[in-house]
Amino acid sequence: MINMFEVAETNKMIEQENLDVRTITMGISLLDCIDSDLNRLNDNIYNKITTLAKDLVKTGEEISREYGVPIVNKRISVTPIALVGGAACKTPSDFATIAKTLDRAAKTVGVNFIGGYSALVSKGMTSADELLIRSIPEALSTTDLVCSSVNLGSTKTGINMDAVRLMGTIIKETAEATKENDSLGCAKLVVFCNAPDDNPFMAGAFHGVTEADAIINVGVSGPGVVNTALKKVRGESFEVLCETIKKTAFKITRVGQLVAQEASRRLNIPFGIIDLSLAPTPAVGDSVADILCEIGLEYAGAPGTTAALALLNDQVKKGGIMASSYVGGLSGAFIPVSEDQGMINAVVAGALTLEKLEAMTCVCSVGLDMIAIPGDTKDTTIAGIIADELAIGMINQKTTAVRVIPVIGKGVGETVEFGGLLGYAPIMPVNQYSCDAFVNRKGRIPAPIHSFKN
Amino acid sequence: MKKTIITVVGKDTVGIIAKVCTYLADNKINILDISQTIVQGYFNMMMIVDMNEADKDFGIITDELAALGESIGVVIKCQLEDIFNKMHRI
Repeated sequence: MINMFEVAETNKMIEQENLDVRTITMGISLLDCIDSDLNRLNDNIYNKITTLAKDLVKTGEEISREYGVPIVNKRISVTPIALVGGAACKTPSDFATIAKTLDRAAKTVGVNFIGGYSALVSKGMTSADELLIRSIPEALSTTDLVCSSVNLGSTKTGINMDAVRLMGTIIKETAEATKENDSLGCAKLVVFCNAPDDNPFMAGAFHGVTEADAIINVGVSGPGVVNTALKKVRGESFEVLCETIKKTAFKITRVGQLVAQEASRRLNIPFGIIDLSLAPTPAVGDSVADILCEIGLEYAGAPGTTAALALLNDQVKKGGIMASSYVGGLSGAFIPVSEDQGMINAVVAGALTLEKLEAMTCVCSVGLDMIAIPGDTKDTTIAGIIADELAIGMINQKTTAVRVIPVIGKGVGETVEFGGLLGYAPIMPVNQYSCDAFVNRKGRIPAPIHSFKN
Repeated sequence: MKKTIITVVGKDTVGIIAKVCTYLADNKINILDISQTIVQGYFNMMMIVDMNEADKDFGIITDELAALGESIGVVIKCQLEDIFNKMHRI
């Protein structure tokens, strides 16, 4: 039988160390909503989402209350809209009407975000894909809750450089379109290499075409819990360090597994996966960078950071994998800058640069995330940053992503405030040398040699 | 049968157990197990209870117990047992 110390440990994690379930995300297929008439398509989408997800928020709150564990976000992901809207949309503005429908549906059911305003163009773009991509600035500047993502490459297909170049421009246009709000639109826009079909985290969540009609995916969190556990083993060997992370990750993930199963049972929608992630928030004590410091670094970004992060990421997976039968999504430590007070401190202290962050993304999920850069950064430079990051994903057969925010009207040394879970960030300097001639080449980068496994 | 864990934490004072148990009895909640200690003047109690016969909803009981705790100056939490089993048992 459960004893008092175990109960006290769990409740301490929740009350003092920010243990929470970061998100319950309901994936909804919109493939059966497809219609060649735009109005009918929008009606179908609205009706399907508001029917399937009508009890999502209420159920999340009930579970949270009965187990005494916070469930921070309830979200929805949908089939990539480029696939759904292709038959009805003839212009970017046609696609933007779907974004507004998604926004309206999300507000009706009360979720925090809706993801899936997406296109999968890792090898080539259909005309619908291109229309959707060109509609992103309008879509994100006229909605509140819609998140957009574009998959630009994969290990199997290589990198679609035409789409990378286009996204460099689209990110800048999105920043311009939302410049009144510190270019907030870019915080809801992410590009991927090897995007997973079942990721519950925003901004990159979408409901892949390989998925069932509806599914429940859960993202767990708990950097504060890992950090507190590590405080007790200061100065101990790597073996003890790794054991401690693994055990803690196991406990955190089991809570996620419980919530996922309960949500699935109560909503009568199959359980998909648990995303084993250490996802930070701007709250003090809920930081992945602080864990790196506890492992033994003065600041995140100091020499040893990549090794410490690789160790952390691997142990989180090893501990978590035993706690759940179905693990998927991104699964690893997230290192968003603006959402992690320890990362922000490291940037302000000059310990953490864009280049070091890029190195860190080689060993963890997911990529260059929530990084504010000067508003006058060139489109081609952004495309170059994206190409670098996607190359890491393509060669290492992992998911990588870029979510940078060129903050219009602001430069290095200034700070941008996004608010809420998105946090705030100092604007980081970008390498000033040009990559125009590279980015402006046409076509795609071929798939790497180790993708030929057949 | 789903069991519920009630935890009571706070500064020690006369009658904490009496008041909590009275509330549980009034609401047809059966106590299966109690453990309690005092650490540095702080009262710590854990109860395992069965709420199957209770007339009120889980949410209402949680709120009423929390309010009762506030009136005594302690924190009372109500959680389904599963969360602890999942976390601490393989």
